[in-house]
Formats: sequence, structure tokens, C-alpha cells
Amino acid sequence: MNSGERTGRTRAARWIIAAITLLAVLALPFAVEALAGRAWVRIMDIALLYAMLALGLNIVVGYAGLLDLGYVAFFAVGAYTYALLASPHFDIHLSFGLLIPLGALVAAIFGVVLGAPTLRLRGDYLAIVTLGFGAIIRIFINNLNQPVNITNGPQGVTLIDPLSIAGFPLSRTWSFAGLTIASVHSYYFVFLAGALAAMGLCARLQNSRIGRAWIAIREDEIAARAMGINTRNVKLLAFAMGATFGGTAGGLFASFQGFVSPESFTLYDSIMILCMVVLGGMGNIAGVVLGAVVLTALPEALRSVGPMQYAWFGRVLVDAADLRMLLFGLALVLMMLLRPAGILPSKTRRRELAAGREPADRRRPKRAPRGAA
Amino acid sequence: MALLEAREICKRFGGLDALTGVSLSIERGEIYGLIGPNGAGKTTFFNCLTGLYRADAGEFRFDGNPLRGGAAHEIVARGIARTFQNIRLFPNMSVVENVMVGRHARTRSGVLGAVFNTPSTRSEETAVHERSVALLDYVGLSARQDDLARNLPYGDQRRLEIARALATEPKLLALDEPAAGMNATETAALRVLLERIRDDGTTLMLIEHDVKLVLGLCDRVAVLDYGRKIAEGVPEHVRRDPAVINAYLGSSADA
Repeated sequence: MNSGERTGRTRAARWIIAAITLLAVLALPFAVEALAGRAWVRIMDIALLYAMLALGLNIVVGYAGLLDLGYVAFFAVGAYTYALLASPHFDIHLSFGLLIPLGALVAAIFGVVLGAPTLRLRGDYLAIVTLGFGAIIRIFINNLNQPVNITNGPQGVTLIDPLSIAGFPLSRTWSFAGLTIASVHSYYFVFLAGALAAMGLCARLQNSRIGRAWIAIREDEIAARAMGINTRNVKLLAFAMGATFGGTAGGLFASFQGFVSPESFTLYDSIMILCMVVLGGMGNIAGVVLGAVVLTALPEALRSVGPMQYAWFGRVLVDAADLRMLLFGLALVLMMLLRPAGILPSKTRRRELAAGREPADRRRPKRAPRGAA
Repeated sequence: MALLEAREICKRFGGLDALTGVSLSIERGEIYGLIGPNGAGKTTFFNCLTGLYRADAGEFRFDGNPLRGGAAHEIVARGIARTFQNIRLFPNMSVVENVMVGRHARTRSGVLGAVFNTPSTRSEETAVHERSVALLDYVGLSARQDDLARNLPYGDQRRLEIARALATEPKLLALDEPAAGMNATETAALRVLLERIRDDGTTLMLIEHDVKLVLGLCDRVAVLDYGRKIAEGVPEHVRRDPAVINAYLGSSADA
């Protein structure tokens, strides 16, 4: 609210910093490819998708305080909406410009469908119902191959159309100004745009009438009702908005992978997205994105524990997959111990922790209120 | 015509009659006290009035129209705001944000307005913020607008709750034990504030145990005991009512 006092110079400086950051982010996949190989560019793509998912879940969990353990269901709904309508499975090939919004819309409807019966539930009870919802969606997808084959069951849907922008399919490698732009690079730019848009949306929503209503419900639902907030509608809106992000990311995921199957949408994925939100810094946009990047990259980086053992000891002492998950779990525990409010806590959480150290009541002597003297 | 009329309000919890046929009416511009021993049904009455509970029988008429079956948020929109006995702020929101939430019922911006940052949303946000800051100034909290609500001293939290309720532009402000836990200085300041709110055109209804405050502040009081109204009238008169003395001190037969 004091932005009006910001001088022109600092504003210009902010723009310059933003421009440099943007250039760096655009150049990043090429640098990463040169340093670590193309596989890591692919991991960056996935990280951006997870950033979108985590931002969506952050609306539900971080703002509105509704613990959702089945969030990946919306990702699945978006992915299957795209997969079924842009693949040889039904031989329908709609354009992504239509399918991404459609996937978001269908996911939003599922969000409301999940939200409506859970409106009276909070905390643990809500978590259990959403857990069930996540499982139901996956099991439905797994079994909807008979009597009429809709989802192709556990085999999944293959040969999904890639995104295609202005006639250029993103699956193709092409050259531009001496750079080889592979499919993973193209998708990186698309996903980056998606993640940035998601961040912008969250930033605007957070400081709006609706964002305040979400946070008020998280803080005290009864008081929120007594302040004139229609908690039913506002909660449904949180579910729908969160699901919209999930559905969008799902459509992008389907086009990127070219293949979807129920296995990609397990409880483990829901928990991972929740971890990204909590560990990154619940309620803080930058924190949530960072959480997504760290938690996508860390397990991948830990894949090297196998080769490393081989290099150091000449043989593999501990099964690489086991050790990897062990170290990953250890890293999660350490991060939560060292930064309990997340890597980048929200402003509020920071203030909370600061207040815990120094009771605020002592900061200022009590003074007579206006008009009392 | 009375601003609020309650007719034969009844509320049961299982086998307990929390309210039995309570009727009362509150005139515009008065400060109306609702008193009674603990468990008499005062807060239950507030909860029925503000839509947190649904009365089993009876009817509220507000501003000439029935309030029947309204949800809490609809009742706020009609012009009744409240505070809570055990303060219910949004503890991890800043002081000014707490008041801004109170503007929810009087503003319209939705998701699309926020996402596209439309001019109407922006001007509404500015107005909400200005109004909230003004209300904090009104209750004497403008110096603390950026603190977290949870970090305010107790008395200030009560004042913030009042500012937040005022943000909904109520015609009737219902205060549940506003002076509870306050020291003498804070209570005196609260009294000044409540009189000012009344003078600025808001009718007040309060539950209060502080007898001195009730006697000094309220134009009329009603006394509840075991869910029934046992007396009503000007404080001086009610204070000498044998039924009231009996309810508070027990009858001579019990002694």
C-alpha cells in the first residue's frame, strides 16, 4: 500500500533486475544442458509443472487452510482430458488452445464436486475424504476400460499429440541463431510461461478481497462467517481455483510426456506436492515454487548414489534406490528441523516466529486510546 | 418501529432449554444490555440472532423485515455485526487486514477482477484500505495497523474486533462481553468508544457482566435466567427487581 512512495529510480532498478532475471531464466536450459546434459533440462520441465501444481495446492492448503491429500486427482483429470481428446485413442485431435482451458474447466468442476460434500469438514477429516477422492479418481481411470473402453485402463493412453504453436509441434528439434532447440527446451519455455502466469495469478489473488476471505477462513471460520463471508462459496472457489491449476498442469503434462497412465497419479504424488508447499513455505509464492524445484531436483540428484558408491568402493554397498529414498527422507527431516516455516516462509509466518522470540506486548507501553482522556 | 424485535425465541440443545420464549425489542439509537448469570442463554441468543445457530422457534424482525433462517453472512449483509466473548480475530493477519475482511460484505470484486486487476477492483481495494485505516483511527489503533492481530495486547484486540465489526456497516452492533478481562482504565476508554459509536448512529446491544458499565452505559437492559427473560427495563429499576436479585444471589430459601 506504500508503493506510491517508491521513487522512480528504485522502480527502474527493479525493472532492470527483473529483465536480467528473465534473461537468465531463458538462458538457463541451455546452460544446464551444456553442464549436466539434456536429461536435466527435462527435470527442469517437470519442476516447472510441479511448481504450477504446488501453486494450485497452495491456494487450497496455504490460503484457505483446507488440507487436501488428493490434489493429484485434478492433475489426472486435466491430463486425461487432454490425452483422450488429442490422441489416436478416440482418433480425436483437438487443438491445445482448446484443450488446456477445457482441462482446467473440467478439473475445476471436479474441484467443486469434491468441495461440496466436504464443506463441513476440517483438518484431519477433510484430509481423509480428499485422500479417498484421490484414490477414487485413480481407480476409476484404471478401470474405465470396460465395458466401454474410455481410459484404456492400466495401459494408459499413448501417442498423445504434442503441443503445437502456430503450426510448429513442440516435439520437433529446430535451430535458431545457432542454438539447437530441442523438444525439452521448447516445453521449458511453455512451462515457464505457465509457471510465471500461475505465480502472477496467485500474487494478485492473495492480495484481493477473495484472497483475504480465504485466509480469514483459514484463521477462524466462524469469525469469517460473522464478517459476512459466504464460507461455502468462498471455499468452493478455493477448491475450483486450485483444481484449475492442477488441470492446466495436467494437460501440459500429457502433451509433454505423450503418454499418461494411472500410475502417474498416486497418493505419493499428492504427498510430494503437499511437501513442496509445506517445505517451500506455505502461503508464500516464491517459497512454494522453490519447494517444487528443490523437491523435483533432489531425488534426481540422488540418483547418483549408485554410480558414486561404485566409484568410491568399487561395488554397490547399499541398493541405490533404497539409499536414494533414505537420503531424500533425511533431507526432508533436516529441512523441516532447520527451517520449520519452510525454506522461504511467508511474511506472516516470519512475523509469527519473530513474535515468538520477543513478546510484542512489551514493545510499546500501553497508551490511552484516542478520545479517552 | 423497533430496529430489532425478537419474538418468542426458543433454542434447545438436546434436553437443555437454552432459550425459552425470549422476546425483546431494541429501539434505534439505544444501547441495550443483555445480562444474566453464567449459562443464562445470553450468548446463545446472540448466536441465534447472528445466524450461527438456528432458533427452534420464534422470529427475529430486523428493520421491519423478518430475519428468518438467514445464514450468518446474509445477516451481516442485512446490517447486524457482532463481536465474540472469546475474541475471534484472524490472528495471523495484520491489524488492518482484519478490518479489511470486515469490508467483504460491502464490496463486490471477484476472482476475475483480481486476476485482471481491473480499474474497478483497484479503486475498490483503495477504498477498502482507506476505510479500514479510518476505522482503526476511530478505535485508536492506527499506530498498530501493520502488526499481527495476535500480537496486540488484550484490550486492543477487543477494540480491533469492534473496528472489524464496524467495517461491515452495521445498523445494530452486538457485543459479547466487550469489557471482559479489561482493567478499569481500559473499561473507561471502552465506554467512551461505545458511546461514540452510538452517537454516530449505530444501535448497540451488549452482553456484559461489569455491572458498573451496564448501569452507566445501557439505556435499557433485559435479564435472562435459565433461558427465560425475567426482567426488562431501565438499569436502575431492573437492579432492584426481586427476581433479578434472586437469580444472581439465590433466593432466601436457598441460603
